[in-house]
Amino acid sequence: MNLSSIADLPKARLFWPIATLAALLLLNLAVSPGFFQIQFQNGHLFGSLIDILRNGAPTLLVALGMTLVIATRGIDLSVGAVVAIAGALACTIIADSPSPDSVGTVLFAVTVAVGFSLVLGAWNGLLVAVFGIQPIIATLILMTAGRGIAMLITEGQIITVSSAPYKVIGAGYWFGLPASIVIAAAMFVVAALLTRKTALGLLIESVGINPVASRLAGVRARGIIWTVYVFSAVCAAVAGLMISSNVTAADANSAGLWIEMDAILAVVIGGTSLAGGRYSLTGTLIGAFVIQTLTTTVYTVGIAPSITLVFKALVVIAVCLLQSPVLQQRLQARRRPPGSRPPASAVTAKKGALVS
Amino acid sequence: MSTSMAPAFSLARTGRGILGSRYTPVLVTLALLIVMFLVGASRYRGFASGQVVANLFVDNAFLIVLAVGMTFVILTGGIDLSVGSVVALSTMIAASLARDGWPPAAVILVVLVTTSTLGLLVGLVIHYFAIQPFIATLAAMFLARGLCYVISLDSISITEPWFTAMAQTRIPLAPGLTISPSVIVAAVVVAVAFVVLHYTRLGRTVYAIGGGEQSAMLMGLPVPRTKVLVYVISGFCSGVAGVLFTFYTLSGYSLTAVGMELDAIAAVVIGGTLLTGGYGFVLGSLLGVLLLGVIQTIISFEGTLSSWWTKIVIGSLLLVFIILQRLLTARRR
Repeated sequence: MNLSSIADLPKARLFWPIATLAALLLLNLAVSPGFFQIQFQNGHLFGSLIDILRNGAPTLLVALGMTLVIATRGIDLSVGAVVAIAGALACTIIADSPSPDSVGTVLFAVTVAVGFSLVLGAWNGLLVAVFGIQPIIATLILMTAGRGIAMLITEGQIITVSSAPYKVIGAGYWFGLPASIVIAAAMFVVAALLTRKTALGLLIESVGINPVASRLAGVRARGIIWTVYVFSAVCAAVAGLMISSNVTAADANSAGLWIEMDAILAVVIGGTSLAGGRYSLTGTLIGAFVIQTLTTTVYTVGIAPSITLVFKALVVIAVCLLQSPVLQQRLQARRRPPGSRPPASAVTAKKGALVS
Repeated sequence: MSTSMAPAFSLARTGRGILGSRYTPVLVTLALLIVMFLVGASRYRGFASGQVVANLFVDNAFLIVLAVGMTFVILTGGIDLSVGSVVALSTMIAASLARDGWPPAAVILVVLVTTSTLGLLVGLVIHYFAIQPFIATLAAMFLARGLCYVISLDSISITEPWFTAMAQTRIPLAPGLTISPSVIVAAVVVAVAFVVLHYTRLGRTVYAIGGGEQSAMLMGLPVPRTKVLVYVISGFCSGVAGVLFTFYTLSGYSLTAVGMELDAIAAVVIGGTLLTGGYGFVLGSLLGVLLLGVIQTIISFEGTLSSWWTKIVIGSLLLVFIILQRLLTARRR
C-alpha cells in the first residue's frame, strides 16, 4: 500500500497494532517514569522492557505457529496441552536421570520433548488433512486428552528439577539477552525466511483462501496443512520448555493453561484474519508483545490482579468487533465519498462473505 | 404443525434407509453405553445396582442440562465455549448472594437473568457482527471467568439452609434407590428441550439453520432471531447447570468447572449430533452424558486407575465418534 499522506496512515495494515503497543508503553511510562530504563549488569541487560521480551517469548512462539495454522483456515486449540506435555516430559527425564546437571542429559530431554511434539503435531495434521475433521474439533481432542497425557507422564505430581543447563532455556542469558527471547527470535526469523523467501507462504495463503481451488491448481494442500500443524506443535513444545525451565518445575495442570487464547488473540490483534488466507508474522510479533505489555501494564498501573481477566476479555471483544467485517464495511462506507468505489472495499466485502 | 416438520426430516430421508442414516450414531452410543455398563457389572461387585444407575443421573445432572443447551447451539452449526466459565460464574453469584442473605428464589433469578443476558449478548455479537461463534464465545469465556475473579478470588461456601436442604434431600424412588432434586430439574429440562426441538416452530428453524442457513433464510424462517435465541438458551441452561452445580458442591469457586465446556461438547458429539449442525437429538446428548458418567464410574470402581485416565478416554471416544460422523456423512453424499 502506498502511503501518500498522513490521512492514509490508519489504513496501513500494521498501524493499529503498533499504535496499541505504543499507547500501552507510553501509559506505562506515564505511570512509572523509569519504565524505559535498561541497565547493564554483569554482562546482562535488565529492565522492564527486557522483562516484557522474556515473558512474552512463549506467547510469541505459540502465536507464531498459530499464525500459520490460522492462515490455512485452521485453528490449533491443543497448544496449551502440548506446552504441558513438553514441560512434563523434559522435567521427568531430567529429574529421573543420575546427572541432571550435565548438558547431555538436558539435550536428550529437549530432543525427546520436541520429538514427541512432532508426533502430536502429526496427529493433529492427520485428523485435519486426512480425515477432514474441522480443525476446532480435531484439536479439541488433543486439548482434552493432552492434559491427561501430561498428568500420566508426571504421575500427577509437580516435578521440580534443579539443573543449571536446563534453567538457561527459560531464565538464562545469551549475548546479554534473555535466552528465551533469543530462541524465540531465531525461530521467528527461520519461519519468516522459510515462508516469505520461498513459495511456502504463498502456498499456505492459497490453501487458506480456497482449499479446493488450490488443490485443482496443483498445490499439495494435504502436505501443507500437515506441515503447519507440526510446526505449531513444535513451537508450543519449545514454549513449554521455556515455561517449565523458567519456574524449574513441570505442572501438568496449570502449565500453558489458556495460552491458546493468548496466542489466538495475538494473531487476531496482528491483523491475520481468522477466515484464513493472508497472514502477517510481523503483526503476530507485535500482537504477542501487545498481550504481554497489557499484562505488565495491569501490574504497573496497579489494576487489581482480580480484574486482569475482565480487562483482557474487554480488549478481546473490542478488537474482535473492530475487526469484524460488518463494522469495517460500515466504517469504509462512511469514509468514502458517495459514488467512488475504492478496491479495498471489494476485498473487505469478499472477506465478509467468507466469514458469514 | 406436522407439515412444518417436513424440511428437517425430508433431508434425512435422502439417505440409504431411514434407520441407517438418522439413528445410527444414537444407536451406537446406546449400544456402547449398555456394553460399558455390562463390562462394569461383570468386573466389579455392586456395580449392577439401581443406585449406581441413579447416581449416574445424580452426579451428572448439571452436565445433562449443559449438554442440552449445547445441543441447541451445535444443531445450528455454532459452538459455545463459554459454558464452563458461565457455570463457574453462576456458582460465584449464587454463593456470594446467599452469603449476603438474599432469599434463594431471588438468588436463582439473578443467576438465570445474568447468564441469559450474557448469552443474548454473545448471540447478538455473533449474528450482527458476523463474528465466528467460536471466537465470540471464547471472549465470553474470558469475560465470565474474569467476572468470577472480580466477585472473589477465594472459594465461598454456602451455609444457607435452603441450599443445604436441596443438596442433602434424597427422593426415594424404590427401596434403596434415591435421586436428588437436581435430577428432576434435569429431567424437566430434557423434556422441555425435546418438545421444543421436535414439536415447535423454533425447533424446526434450529434444524433448518443447521441444514443450511441460506436456505432457511430463503424459506422465510426467522433466522436472525433463532440464531440469537440458541445462545440465550445455552446461557440459560448454563445458569441452571450452575445452580445445580452449586447444589452439588455447596460452594462457589472461580476456578471450578474449568474444561467443563469440553465435557459438554464431547457429550453432544458422542450423542450423535453432527458438529456441522442440522442432525442430532437431545436424547442422544443425554446418552452421551450417561456414557461419560459410566466411564467415570468404572474408573472410580477400578480404584487403581488414576482419574486423569477419564480425560484420555473421553478424548479417544470423541475421536471415534467424530470419525464415525465423517464416515456416515461421506456415505450420505
